[in-house]
Amino acid sequence: MADDFVIAGRTFRSRLIIGTGKYATFQKMRDAHEASGADMVTVAVRRVNLTDRTKESLLDYVDSTRFFILPNTAACYTADEAIRTARLGREVGLSNWVKLEVIGDEKTLFPDNEALLEATRVLVKEGFVVLPYTNDDPVICRKLEDAGAAAVMPLGAPIGSGLGIQNPNNIRIIKEQARVPVIVDAGVGTASDATVAMELGADGVLMNTAVALASDPIAMARAMKLGVEAGRLAYLAGRIPRKAHASASSPLEGVIGARA
Amino acid sequence: MTITLNGDPYPLDEPLTIAGLLTRLDVDPRRVAVERNFVIVKRDAYASTEIAEGDQIEIVNFVGGGCAQLRRRKKIHRRS
Repeated sequence: MADDFVIAGRTFRSRLIIGTGKYATFQKMRDAHEASGADMVTVAVRRVNLTDRTKESLLDYVDSTRFFILPNTAACYTADEAIRTARLGREVGLSNWVKLEVIGDEKTLFPDNEALLEATRVLVKEGFVVLPYTNDDPVICRKLEDAGAAAVMPLGAPIGSGLGIQNPNNIRIIKEQARVPVIVDAGVGTASDATVAMELGADGVLMNTAVALASDPIAMARAMKLGVEAGRLAYLAGRIPRKAHASASSPLEGVIGARA
Repeated sequence: MTITLNGDPYPLDEPLTIAGLLTRLDVDPRRVAVERNFVIVKRDAYASTEIAEGDQIEIVNFVGGGCAQLRRRKKIHRRS
């Protein structure tokens, strides 16, 4: 069964998008990426370390011919900063896509939706493929889509919290109304969280911390791959309705000892 | 002359282009993006872009990251 994951005309094999931060070593990161089966990874844009040129480069450990590079604007707090960072990320020359983040609050890392919308409009006009990280709010998701976002990426829970999908109903509603892919970004803690996101109908899941900081990131990456696949299959298979009472799955006729 | 390079003062004793600066810093131009006074410098203009006194130069690359991190100190220079 063909079940392509298509964003802005580009087809991905995997519905799992994975981050590159917080790994103990670049080697572990590379192995985790391999185990995850992902074919898109997100990277941050930061100043080059000019004082220590001996440090290895991230790109030594991400094969950009195998992994599609999704630069992000992590840790930007204004539309201006995010736009500038997106432009710099594009200039590196590997991708005109951006995972757009405009953070509105340091403690929760919730997005500043007003600034996010503004930055989305500007970057879409400049030809970017914009994937905005946003709240699990169907209204802002619709506005972002109307502004030209190529996908919407509602959070499942606060970034790095590992709390899982806090508001499943909102994710379902967002998916119901969206005409672009819905990618649950942030909040996944373990494989079942990724499964829940996919069972709700999400087109993909983006995660970083849950894999990078697991005791065994490589095993967790594989668990996430399977979790995403299981959730997607279950969504497509069509689950049975929930019922309050039992419904026997064995025939009632022919039970031994029963009176005829 | 003195420029601001990635947020810090940086002395230059001779006129230099962006390409020259990257060479001096041992930075591979194929893996970075450069901003001069808040405007992107295209890669094919590195060799022809002269650096002037007081310029604010940012050189960025890709680093590990998925989502926002709490610490803000490594961010690119804020417009003052």
